Amino acid sequence: MTKSFFIDTTRCTACRGCQLACKEWFELPANKTKQLGTHQNPPDLNAYNYKLVRFSEHMIDGKVEWYFFPDQCRHCVFPPCQGAADTVIEGAVIQDEATGAVIFTEKSAKFSKEDFQYVREACPYDIPRRDEKTGRMVKCIMCLDRVQAGMLPACVKVCPTGTMNFGDREDMLALAEKRLEQVKKTNPNASLANPDDVNVIYLLGDTPERYHTHSVAQASPVDRKQMFASVRKSIAKTVNGAEQS
Amino acid sequence: MTNHWIDIKNADAILIIGSNAAEHHPISFKWVLRAKDKGAVVMHVDPKFSRTSARSDFHVPLRSGTDIAFMGGMINFALENQRYFKEYVVNYTNASLIVDKGFGFKDGLFTGYDPKTRSYNKKTWSFELDANGVPKRDTSLKNPRCVFNLMKKHYSRYTLDKVSSVTGVTKDNLMRVYENFTATGRPDKAGTIMYALGWTQHTVGVQNIRSAGILQLLLGNIGVAGGGINALRGEPNVQGSTDHTLLYHIVPGYMAQPMADWQTYEDYITSNTPVSKDPQSANWWQHKPKYFASLLKAWYGDYATKENGFCYELLPKIEKGADHSYMFLFDRMYKNQITGGFIIGLNPMNSVPNSNKIRKALDNLDWLVTMDLHHSETSDNWHRPGVDPKTVKTEVFHFPSAHRVEKDGTVTNSGRWLVWHNKAIDPQGEARSFGNLYVPLMNRLQGMYRKEGGTLSDAVTRLNWVENYDPEEWTRRINGFFTRDTKVGDKVFKKGQLVPSFVALKDDGSTSSLNWLYAGSYTEDEGNKSKRRDMSQTPMQAKIGLYPGVAWCWPVNRRILYNRASVDMNGKPYNPEKAVIEWDGKKWQGDVPDGGWPPMATGKGRYPFIMSKNGFGQLFGPGRADGPFSEHYEPVETPIASHPFSKQLHSPVYKFVTSDMDVLAKPADPRFPVVLTTYSLTEHWCGGGETRNVPNLLEAEPQLYVEMSPELAKEKGIENGDGVIIESARGRVEAIAMVTVRIRPFLVEGKTVHLVGMPFCFGWTTPGTGDSTNRLTPSVGDPNTTIPEYKACCVNVRKADTLTEIAR
Repeated sequence: MTKSFFIDTTRCTACRGCQLACKEWFELPANKTKQLGTHQNPPDLNAYNYKLVRFSEHMIDGKVEWYFFPDQCRHCVFPPCQGAADTVIEGAVIQDEATGAVIFTEKSAKFSKEDFQYVREACPYDIPRRDEKTGRMVKCIMCLDRVQAGMLPACVKVCPTGTMNFGDREDMLALAEKRLEQVKKTNPNASLANPDDVNVIYLLGDTPERYHTHSVAQASPVDRKQMFASVRKSIAKTVNGAEQS
Repeated sequence: MTNHWIDIKNADAILIIGSNAAEHHPISFKWVLRAKDKGAVVMHVDPKFSRTSARSDFHVPLRSGTDIAFMGGMINFALENQRYFKEYVVNYTNASLIVDKGFGFKDGLFTGYDPKTRSYNKKTWSFELDANGVPKRDTSLKNPRCVFNLMKKHYSRYTLDKVSSVTGVTKDNLMRVYENFTATGRPDKAGTIMYALGWTQHTVGVQNIRSAGILQLLLGNIGVAGGGINALRGEPNVQGSTDHTLLYHIVPGYMAQPMADWQTYEDYITSNTPVSKDPQSANWWQHKPKYFASLLKAWYGDYATKENGFCYELLPKIEKGADHSYMFLFDRMYKNQITGGFIIGLNPMNSVPNSNKIRKALDNLDWLVTMDLHHSETSDNWHRPGVDPKTVKTEVFHFPSAHRVEKDGTVTNSGRWLVWHNKAIDPQGEARSFGNLYVPLMNRLQGMYRKEGGTLSDAVTRLNWVENYDPEEWTRRINGFFTRDTKVGDKVFKKGQLVPSFVALKDDGSTSSLNWLYAGSYTEDEGNKSKRRDMSQTPMQAKIGLYPGVAWCWPVNRRILYNRASVDMNGKPYNPEKAVIEWDGKKWQGDVPDGGWPPMATGKGRYPFIMSKNGFGQLFGPGRADGPFSEHYEPVETPIASHPFSKQLHSPVYKFVTSDMDVLAKPADPRFPVVLTTYSLTEHWCGGGETRNVPNLLEAEPQLYVEMSPELAKEKGIENGDGVIIESARGRVEAIAMVTVRIRPFLVEGKTVHLVGMPFCFGWTTPGTGDSTNRLTPSVGDPNTTIPEYKACCVNVRKADTLTEIAR
């Protein structure tokens, strides 16, 4: 049984405990940021922020709505990033069988700038980032070390409101469906974001684009996977001038 | 809190007003959302749409400083529409008491006002007594001079039209809150009010909370599960620091600071111990002499005897009416009346209003000792921007203090729970806990006074002090112990043994306790109860999330205060589903009751509000400096020149200091048309002295901002992210514009009033982040507490050509 997150954005208060706990657990350095007219900071995911709470505010029919989206890798059931990466360097992206966690390995440091861009674009949720110092691709790894030790991922452990949940995929799906049913009573536009494709299942209380451009997949992962197989190999050969396994 | 964090989940309606709970008390929302899951309506009334609003059922924007008008309107609505809980009001509040014939209220002033002294003679704020000295009551509530009818008349002026006009809240929004919240004025429903500094930091701060007290008593929401008035305290230990007297006006356990008028122990006791002639009133403060004598014994040990008034004469005594709060303290410093001092765990150069003045005031010290985790705007004031260090004479000694994870000890949380925590690591470098800084210092002082003598040296040399700091030892001393062999009931306690509860405290010198409220927290039988983590409950306790075996709660482990008001005269719970206590015919079940007397109907009971002299919840509250009922007054700096409730524009008794730097904008001053409110934010702690040194927190909130509506931004030609200058009559601050629909313009008295909001956590010692927002705020304060009016003043905003305080 693989593991899943269930992220109930209708309970999120954007306290950013998850964002900070993630940084603390991985001992990631702080970025030098600036106030740019929003509470969302850093402005985007980056090599030192695997988790970012996105803020988006709206005036809808004279009513203020403020949506929070704790963004992170979705740990796709069939990860398109792996499909793309495999066409360049096999093993740069792997999936842990026991948990379903998608992991970027040291091999990813060998990617060229274009290779990295290609893998990043393969992600329907725009997650992969690159640590310019080590060259490695980085993102959330499901706190695999913690999970293997029987602990909750750091972001789930600190969440005070029940937004962040983690457990067996079946249980998380059931919880997600149950919460969706409840939330629908007050929020008819509520939905689960790509629950069949991902191991990080978001419950959104309103239409997805009001949360974040990539709150739901921006192209079908299956389409992308097929695309890699056919197209990428030949490009890789010509660009790098060497056969990639 | 009258209740506690978990208990929020029992509410049927939650009114969050004067608080941004989700941002400043994130854990509170665990319980708010549990209540919401079960169908509770969650309402947020606040100038700004915040993360709290986002998770509430709805948000109601309110002009900062108009909460009493808002609450007065709700009290009026409840009274006019019979939404109150009549049985509770008649039996448990002072609604039926007859007020002195001389009492009145006219055009914004209660009787007894003296404009020369800006204070009230409160003689008429009293009750008529019968021949036995017991307050007269009219339980039919027909007497026109009973509290109920005076209150009804007072709040009848708070009509929907007037309230809407002055608060800037639409009538629809007013009604939405009023109807939803007063729906809890039934026996089987409970509503809670969660407030914080958004209510206290006004020149009418105490009366904001009085308004909540009145409303909650009318609705029968005090003493019940899911009810109460819940002050969300700041730091994990703000409740503890209040109990143990961080402030000057009281000594530990909420007893008055000795004053010059009370020269002897007997003077103090006579003047501070209330007397009730009503046999049904427990009048708990009648026991004050026992608590005060035990406190003095704890301070002066064997030196304190009954014969010498327990060394009372050694205590410093303040002059009547003297104000030693920090607003006045820094004013005296500015006027060169103070030469040196200690500032511990505080960054007043950032967090006290009118920072420009405060910073200059500190320059007048010859010496300064600071104890803090980091250098701050306070420790480093001598080389602040624009000042030549050579011109500052102050010698500063900075003692690095340990972080709270580096020390053992207790905190008292908002729910009054005394909770022990173990240190995770040793203090780093030369850092020490405050205890380890303070105990040796006092030992050194005692040694010096013993050797060299000095003015009233006994006050120091006779202190019952310790050799070395041990938090466990202080926890024991706070609980208290017997100073000689004593029999309590049929149990004999030896000299030096811990007292089992405050009932054992005596005024004959046989007991010692640093704080009577904590007596019972550390006992011979059960040890240090702050360490308890026993999750067991009775089924009755489980229904309301009561965990009597987890930590310990003052007083006597009572988790919900005034809980005897949750039952009827026969001791049966008004809401059996969420019963707090219940009389089983022989004793009380559930929570620890407010006194073990049987139900009122037995004739042997006591009124449930045992801490008030007459035993009733005080709808009419004669104890405060500014009136027995709450009344709307404008903030000292206000965008309007008059308001519809009276000609009295401001509180007639608010406190202020005067100096060349204490300038105020006129009412409706065209130079400063915009209301400023200031606040904290989730990622930084208070003045930011600690959290700006945590890189990950600074990453999430890096620089000072000012939140404003798109309408105001357009008017001023400001774009989101622009650098702007905010100016008040006292100062100028740079910030980055955060243009947001979450702030709306208000329609107040027929004109558009804009409001902006700023955090106050940024300071110059963290370069490029901005500097003190409090350079804008005024040194004016509440007449009861002198808490400054941080939440409402007047400013103007313009786009900045260049920024010097904020890095771009």
